Amino acid sequence: MNYKTENIKKLIVKKPLKLECGKTISDFPLAYETYGKLNEKRDNAILVFHALTGDQFASGINPLTKREGWWDNAVGKNKAIDTNKYFVICANVLGGCMGTFGPKEINENTNEPYGLKFPVITIKDMVKAQESLLDYFKIGKLLCALGGSMGGMQLLQFCASFPDRTFSAVPIACSSSHSAQNIALNELARQAIMADPDWSKGNYVKTKNSPKNGLAVARMAGHISYLSESGLQEKFGRKLQEKADYEFSFDADFQVESYLRHQGYSFVDRFDANSYLYITRAMDYFDLSKQYNNGITEAFKNQKTKFLVISFSSDWLYPTKHSKDIVIALNASGANVAFAEIKTDKGHDSFLVNEPKFLKTIKGFIDSSYEVFKK
Amino acid sequence: MKREFEIIAELLPENSRVLDVGCGDGTLIKYLSKEKNIDVRGLELNEENVEICISKGLSVIEGNAETELGQFPDKSFDFVILSQTLQAFYSPVTVLEHLLRIGKASIVSIPNFGYWKVRASLLFFGRMPETKSLPYKWFDTPNLHMCTIKDFYELCENRRIKMEKIIGINNNKTSLINNNNIKLKNLFSEVGIFLIS
Repeated sequence: MNYKTENIKKLIVKKPLKLECGKTISDFPLAYETYGKLNEKRDNAILVFHALTGDQFASGINPLTKREGWWDNAVGKNKAIDTNKYFVICANVLGGCMGTFGPKEINENTNEPYGLKFPVITIKDMVKAQESLLDYFKIGKLLCALGGSMGGMQLLQFCASFPDRTFSAVPIACSSSHSAQNIALNELARQAIMADPDWSKGNYVKTKNSPKNGLAVARMAGHISYLSESGLQEKFGRKLQEKADYEFSFDADFQVESYLRHQGYSFVDRFDANSYLYITRAMDYFDLSKQYNNGITEAFKNQKTKFLVISFSSDWLYPTKHSKDIVIALNASGANVAFAEIKTDKGHDSFLVNEPKFLKTIKGFIDSSYEVFKK
Repeated sequence: MKREFEIIAELLPENSRVLDVGCGDGTLIKYLSKEKNIDVRGLELNEENVEICISKGLSVIEGNAETELGQFPDKSFDFVILSQTLQAFYSPVTVLEHLLRIGKASIVSIPNFGYWKVRASLLFFGRMPETKSLPYKWFDTPNLHMCTIKDFYELCENRRIKMEKIIGINNNKTSLINNNNIKLKNLFSEVGIFLIS
């Protein structure tokens, strides 16, 4: 990928940030985008956390990739998160590749990209970095914060670390700690990248190559985990790709193969392979219970935040049980929590696609929260 | 709002903490939250109802009371409400135990199978009763464990559950039920509301 990220919005975070790995970073760029207008009372702000391969361009057209923003289905004028009414902020995560400090940024000391010299970051580090944006916009308390998948993990961490900074929170299709299966799938993706000879131990920028094949395979594996079996079956079944019969070769005979290849190879244009390694690592390290002596119940102690936890019935990557465990912990700590399981066959990706029941539920929650929160 | 909900609302003090098990579309808890500043939560099985509740700003958890009451800590609510649902559980007694564990007190209402219209239906027509509070055909009823006010009274007595107040409803009129008038009230109340602890 080689997008020019010079002309996008960036906040230079001056305050030193002590990372969980022990290193400290400061004066680093945090790329962000906003939608709608912050009102005078500053009570209409919504923070959106993106997932593994997302970026700050949640709504409209992504000016760099020229594609639709990753949450355009939910964020925009007259949409579930209505930017006529609300001010939406979304930042590219630490370790990302859309302008925020990440492994493809240039190390001023060596004049080369950091590559694997970039410190290993965690979900907590990502969240701490993004808190700076609230200070920058002088927002004491957000109306709502939302996030799906890794975005949901960031949100849980955000609520645990900064319990007074959002009035309401919607963690979607996520988990309070990565399961063995989650880690295994991420490891599969990392191994695919690292097995590509063009990866060159992370120094591919120097060699002017990039591990396109490895990253594409990583994306394909990920993509399978985002869809449900019935969803895939319904969409593709055993349909052949523009041919009448098998070709008795290893070309893409089946439509599902062709689809996966497209998903994989279109992804490499917009994503950095090392970022993929760093961000999946951060997800694997995420375990909210590990940060507190008495598990996640303690993480949510004294929460005033109003939660809506959402899961999708056909999500096997972060199944409903993961969400229910979060609900149980929130309940046990006396927090204010609602929970809905959306019945759909669209799998983990349900929060990204046009899923009316889901969009209606988050709209109802945000609008009713605003009625209570507005000053 | 139906008469039963008005009576339940009257039983609840302002500013208390209430869990409504099987809260439906949230009519009762919305009222309690708005009119009595009660801190309300709900548990509801039906996903459409859950969505309606969430849009009303109510913190309602989608789930099955039969299996998911365990997540609520002991005495985490002042009152737990169970409105005309006890008879639909596989194990009503287990659910009842949970209600009393979670709440400092509990309000349980039951559609009374001892109501005269119910008895008459069976006695005179030889048919399974269908009334306002029991509108189902025998083959598609969710009600597995029907009981009468007297049955529930006895269950509470046997299990040493304290009955602080029992109210019967007949044609929107209410009356207090006690040990002395229970035979009669069991015949003339369509719904019984028990405040227990």
